[in-house]
Amino acid sequence: MQPILSIRDLHKSFGALEVIKGVDLDVMKGEAIAILGASGSGKSTLLRCVNLLEQPSRGTIALGGQTIGADRGNGLRHYSGADLVAVRKRVGMVFQQFNLFPHMTALQNVIEGPVTVKGRPRAEAEALGRKLLDKVGLSEKADVYPARLSGGQQQRVAIARALAMEPDVMLFDEATSALDPELVGEVLRAIRQLAEEGMTMLIVTHELGFAYHVADRVIFLHQGLIHEQGSPQEVLVAPREARTREFLEGHGQFRLPDRAP
Amino acid sequence: MQWDFQSLLNNWRALLTGLTGTLSLAVVCILAAALIGLVVGAGRYSRRGFARWPATAFVEFFRNTPVLVLIIWFYFAFPILTGQKLSAFTAAAIAISLNGGAFAAEIFRGGMQSLARGQWDAARAIGMNYPQLMRRVILPQAIKRMLPAFTNRAIEILKTTAIASIVAYYELLHSARVIAAADFNPIEAYTAVAIIFFALVYPLTIVARSVERRLRVSE
Ligand SMILES: Nc1ncnc2c1ncn2[C@@H]1O[C@H](COP(=O)(O)OP(=O)(O)OP(=O)(O)O)[C@@H](O)[C@H]1O
Ligand SMILES: [Mg+2]
Repeated sequence: MQPILSIRDLHKSFGALEVIKGVDLDVMKGEAIAILGASGSGKSTLLRCVNLLEQPSRGTIALGGQTIGADRGNGLRHYSGADLVAVRKRVGMVFQQFNLFPHMTALQNVIEGPVTVKGRPRAEAEALGRKLLDKVGLSEKADVYPARLSGGQQQRVAIARALAMEPDVMLFDEATSALDPELVGEVLRAIRQLAEEGMTMLIVTHELGFAYHVADRVIFLHQGLIHEQGSPQEVLVAPREARTREFLEGHGQFRLPDRAP
Repeated sequence: MQWDFQSLLNNWRALLTGLTGTLSLAVVCILAAALIGLVVGAGRYSRRGFARWPATAFVEFFRNTPVLVLIIWFYFAFPILTGQKLSAFTAAAIAISLNGGAFAAEIFRGGMQSLARGQWDAARAIGMNYPQLMRRVILPQAIKRMLPAFTNRAIEILKTTAIASIVAYYELLHSARVIAAADFNPIEAYTAVAIIFFALVYPLTIVARSVERRLRVSE
């Protein structure tokens, strides 16, 4: 079977600082991949390269077998405005800071993409928007502005907003890191439900328990490279690499059930 | 000394013409400055050098040249240079708009910079192109934030229009000069102009202040 997302030899530098140093990754349709790594290891940058919020310095990204951008001959690729829009219509993203549009209600946030970008009729978009808000448990908040929503509610609206574009792949960049502990659960439940419905997802997270229970595959990113990957059992319970073990020990407040004595 | 405002009342037509001249010049300059500010401000904000450098040069040049000098330049020097004569209105409108536009550009840039980077990311991530994200996400928020500063700039422009009297453009100050010369009542004529300007500007500053307060509350 052909991967839905295929990353080859991905590099990204900011000036002299090389952040991603050659990542290869194939993602199959329906797969949920958790990406772990220390602060500064390049997790956000990797995700942002996938939807071209950052343009890769080298390497290729293919969606559904189609390589994005035009080859410029010297190993570099050119991404046109149309390429950017085409990719982002198919790849949704959820941010750590939610980034809802504060001047729009929850429903307006959700339908903004379908109406403005896809040119869908408003009535149709609103029906879809209400359905998605209902899905994330916020149907009664449709006409409320973000400032009056809790962090967890805002993040669920942000998830609905990304889903409204009907993407093939969803990216989550530490979707729960900015939330008060008691609000983390409701957002993780929404993400988990998506995984169970077969959404293809790349999930950057520090919630190891969540990664263990929800991910099909876990990737440990270290200094811009995939240092170790495998099933949650392999990477989280029986890691081969010393770096991975070190990282997991740093998350000592969490105990995997299997590891408990 | 005796104040004699009767002669002014006899000249109300001249004052009215002056008031019309002041207001029409101010309206044109405020609109033009807003437009220039939007375009140049976007250039200033851009990360691309070819957009940023000319915009920066524009802002620095026109912020740091006296409006009076610009008006005289466009009225007297520009025709010699190009063979194209400008009316007093046009010369004044260009000069005041360029100066006002330079200040407005900085207001626009500040308004856009005050928005969190995440707003751009979020708009791009749902597939918006640049015009869409500007129109739907960035400008509605940025304009709200820069409204108070821009209102103050509009007030400055309204006051600056008096300088256009230097090239005999018929606005309030010029009408006073005409009346004073005809009726030998400079004290009354110039006092009247000062009072009319105050009556125009003061309500605007009150409005500006209340807009500012209301926006701060809604933040
Ligand atoms: N736009 C940028 N310009 C310059 N440097 C950047 C930029 N974005 C990221 N970096 C740098 O790239 C490195 C990796 O950053 P990145 O945000 O991808 O890390 P991360 O793994 O997501 O970390 P965290 O867990 O703290 O979010 C960091 O050293 C960061 O300072
Ligand atoms: Mg990050």
